[in-house]
Amino acid sequence: MTSQVSSPITAGTADEPHVVVDVLGEQRNPAKETRRLDRVIIRFAGDSGDGMQLTGDRFTSETASFGNDLSTLPNFPAEIRAPAGTLPGVSSFQLHFADHDILTPGDAPDVLVAMNPAALKANLGDLPRGAEIIVDTDEFTKRAMAKVGWPANPLEDGSLTAFAVHPVPLTTLTLEALKDSGLARKDAERAKNMFALGLLSWMYHRPTENTEAFLLRKFAKKPEIAAANVTAFRAGWNFGETTEDFAVSYEVAPASAAFPTGTYRNISGNLALSYGLIAAAKQSELPLFLGSYPITPASDILHELSRHKNFGVRTFQAEDEIAAIGAALGAAFGGALAVTTTSGPGVALKSETIGLAVSLELPLLVVDIQRGGPSTGLPTKTEQADLLQAMYGRNGEAPVPVIAPATAADCFSAALEAARIALTYRTPVFLLSDGYLANGSEPWRIPQIDELPDLRVEFASGPNHTAADGTEEFWPYLRDPQTLARPWAVPGTPGLEHRIGGIEKQDGTGNISYDPANHDLMVRTRQAKIDGIAVPDLEVDDPPPTSGGGTPSTSGGGTPSRARTLVLGWGSTYGPITAAVRRIRRSGGQVAQAHLRHLNPFPANLGKVLKDYDRVVVPEMNLGQLAHLLRAKYLVDARSFTQVTGLPFKAEQLAEAITAIMEESADVDV
Amino acid sequence: MSTSEALSLVPKAAGKQTMKDFKSDQEVRWCPGCGDYAVLAAVQSFMPELGLARENVVFVSGIGCSSRFPYYMNTYGMHSIHGRAPAIATGLATSRRDLSVWVVTGDGDALSIGGNHLIHALRRNVNLKILLFNNRIYGLTKGQYSPTSETGKITKSTPMGSLEAPFNPVSLAIGAEASFVARTIDSDRKHLQSVLRAAADHPGTALVEIYQNCNIFNDGAFEALKDSTTSQEAVIRLEHGEPIRFGTKGVVRDAATGELAVIEVTEADEDRLLVHDAHAANPTTAFALSRLADPDTLHHTPIGILRDVVRPVYDTDMADQLDLAVTRQGAGDLAGLLAGTDTWTVP
Ligand code: SF4
Repeated sequence: MTSQVSSPITAGTADEPHVVVDVLGEQRNPAKETRRLDRVIIRFAGDSGDGMQLTGDRFTSETASFGNDLSTLPNFPAEIRAPAGTLPGVSSFQLHFADHDILTPGDAPDVLVAMNPAALKANLGDLPRGAEIIVDTDEFTKRAMAKVGWPANPLEDGSLTAFAVHPVPLTTLTLEALKDSGLARKDAERAKNMFALGLLSWMYHRPTENTEAFLLRKFAKKPEIAAANVTAFRAGWNFGETTEDFAVSYEVAPASAAFPTGTYRNISGNLALSYGLIAAAKQSELPLFLGSYPITPASDILHELSRHKNFGVRTFQAEDEIAAIGAALGAAFGGALAVTTTSGPGVALKSETIGLAVSLELPLLVVDIQRGGPSTGLPTKTEQADLLQAMYGRNGEAPVPVIAPATAADCFSAALEAARIALTYRTPVFLLSDGYLANGSEPWRIPQIDELPDLRVEFASGPNHTAADGTEEFWPYLRDPQTLARPWAVPGTPGLEHRIGGIEKQDGTGNISYDPANHDLMVRTRQAKIDGIAVPDLEVDDPPPTSGGGTPSTSGGGTPSRARTLVLGWGSTYGPITAAVRRIRRSGGQVAQAHLRHLNPFPANLGKVLKDYDRVVVPEMNLGQLAHLLRAKYLVDARSFTQVTGLPFKAEQLAEAITAIMEESADVDV
Repeated sequence: MSTSEALSLVPKAAGKQTMKDFKSDQEVRWCPGCGDYAVLAAVQSFMPELGLARENVVFVSGIGCSSRFPYYMNTYGMHSIHGRAPAIATGLATSRRDLSVWVVTGDGDALSIGGNHLIHALRRNVNLKILLFNNRIYGLTKGQYSPTSETGKITKSTPMGSLEAPFNPVSLAIGAEASFVARTIDSDRKHLQSVLRAAADHPGTALVEIYQNCNIFNDGAFEALKDSTTSQEAVIRLEHGEPIRFGTKGVVRDAATGELAVIEVTEADEDRLLVHDAHAANPTTAFALSRLADPDTLHHTPIGILRDVVRPVYDTDMADQLDLAVTRQGAGDLAGLLAGTDTWTVP
């Protein structure tokens, strides 16, 4: 669970080396010891056909219902079934859960579950010394090891002595457990992921009822498969309980103190975003229309919204990206809350229509779930490199507001905010999520409906202008003096028949106009409308240092004042940046943090905030796109720290990089 | 299918309408003598016949000379971007079934840059009426060859002649599963309006190809069909349920090959003449008819309604799914949706 971006960021204890809190004599098997941990990072890894995402999802569900705070990082290949047993075919799911407020899926796993040699090899480099490794020894055949270039068995040649290895013949044990099931060997083998899940559920005292219920639901049409999965799951649990190799199990208490009162659920970014769109439609009392073309990692939103036709949601799977946004724009003209969802390559194709929407001044949400680029890039990996495309990727002066959610759960309120701006200002709006937020999940406090913003709009219903001869007329481009929004007059409204288009329009009347002065006025007016959008001020978290070690800057009288360095981020880097800032503060450093939700327009106080600090560090998963915007607009020496690995930042590396810049800064000042 | 069924959800006008009601106050700016004027006048004088509330009529266009059309209609309208009108109109028609949505497009707009949207609109059978103004040239960009230009055509971009084979828009539409396909000519107002009438009555997507003269860049492209001395030989007027004959000739099916052939009709042949069936479920004969025209001389060009069949309509079916979802799941309950099934409470 992460706190709202707008609320002050509280100092926490996340990302400390985890500690054994106490030792409990537990009731289960009295011969076995139970230890209590404050947090654990587990990574499940296997072939893309091994069901690792499902296994991770189930463990996450068990963990969420237990009340831990959690954060997840699914990581899978773009190929649906990459060649079995190869390094590129490895699919993994990392889960970080804790008895306190955490922000990231964790830097390094404490436990790796490796279903084959490829999974072990691909993930070994991420493991710290002492990490536990659970491997399926059945898969360590000569052939499988040769596939990943291991001449000798690492389980036997002593190369893993730095780790606590639990060799488990997972496949054999699963087959043994299912020998009476009547299933063919191949089908029985497929249940080994549930055996592994059962074992891990035992190790970490996870509640198991929901997983059993889930399996019965999922395989309702194939009862023998359902039974086999439940049997394998229980066999895995019992294996932990009885075998001597697993002498210790662990408890991670619910994170009750970290959560404000409320009812919670676990939610992924794409699901939260889908719900945000449905909520926005409800709150605006407009029908929701989605035009979309399948693209990773955005397709889940199309799937999700397609399931909710009983909310009056129309989903249109178009022939291409251009038609997807075209249909959405057509629906917007007709008075719908119109949305198109895509990823970077799709945005490139939609650019011309976004420009048309800018010219037509109709509300339209363009949801970009960013992925690695350029071109096809890394479809299943994350990146934040579409910021400049969203800002500038159109012909002519075509400003579009840009909003970015900070966490998976935050995608819900970001969607509502994007809808607010689109509807109020009659403009296309970019919502920039990314692959990390889309597929990652975290606990979400379910809002009450009466906490949601009122997004109702008024359609134009009558003339708004009196001609010189006294006739009442409708001018489609006569603006609201406050918002500069034009009236939204939907077809079917008598007397307001009008024509709009992409050709430059005369101010007010909306008639075609090639007049130079009018074009100048219209370009500036469209820009002024976007620049004038009301967005909340940026909040800065800049507490005084809690313990010694740091050298806070002083102002005048020598009292500690604000830090010298500000870390400014946007979008999905919120979790890693906040975790890094906590690390720095824990070791006595003084650093300020702020996070941008609104990228266009920027909050009005951003210029002042930037000037308050000697150094501004901007971590981004691109080559410095926000830093570029900040430098251009505010003439500040924003320092980029960038990473484009397709993976989110690790808190530790980020903390080191920020610290290095802070120390550099101190040198300069001395 | 009667008007009342195809347009049943579109409100009717309160009083009697005239052509004037559909003329906007904008000055029409096509070249003098352009065929577009005739089509505009034909549409404006036809609309009152439908008796629809003017505010529930929408014209959507792409880019090109003909795409200025919406500006001149006193209805709702959108002049969009090149090739995309069918997609935009699909979104509008799908979400607003109380509207009568018309698309105005050209040969470049619909068949070149927007080809994908056109074929998919036809396949889906959305309730749209698409008027494709075919002048076999690019007018707005000043005279390059278009996807319907004849092979060998000399234009600014093909000084040694076009190397491309043209599309036959009617064949293309039939191949794209269109449920209604017709062809007409700008200068024949009576025929044009009869086709518009049938298109308006048709539930689903109707494609009407209108041969339109661009007197600046491709003057006389359809002269063979208009000139009284040649048109007898050139134009095949199709009437549903009538034997297909024109001048002294007629269309028969070759018993040996099954292909269509044009013959000089003698008394003995009368019985062999093909009877036009626009409602035939199988599109084969309609397709074969569309292929009778010679792409160069335009001789044996069928005009009229080649195909008019009833198929499920996309927007109707989508609305039905929404209703069915409510019947099955109950009307959407936001609080219930947000809560889901796996929750926990922090006191
Ligand atoms: S260029 Fe041709 S099609 Fe265009 S307006 Fe002139 S005559 Fe008509």
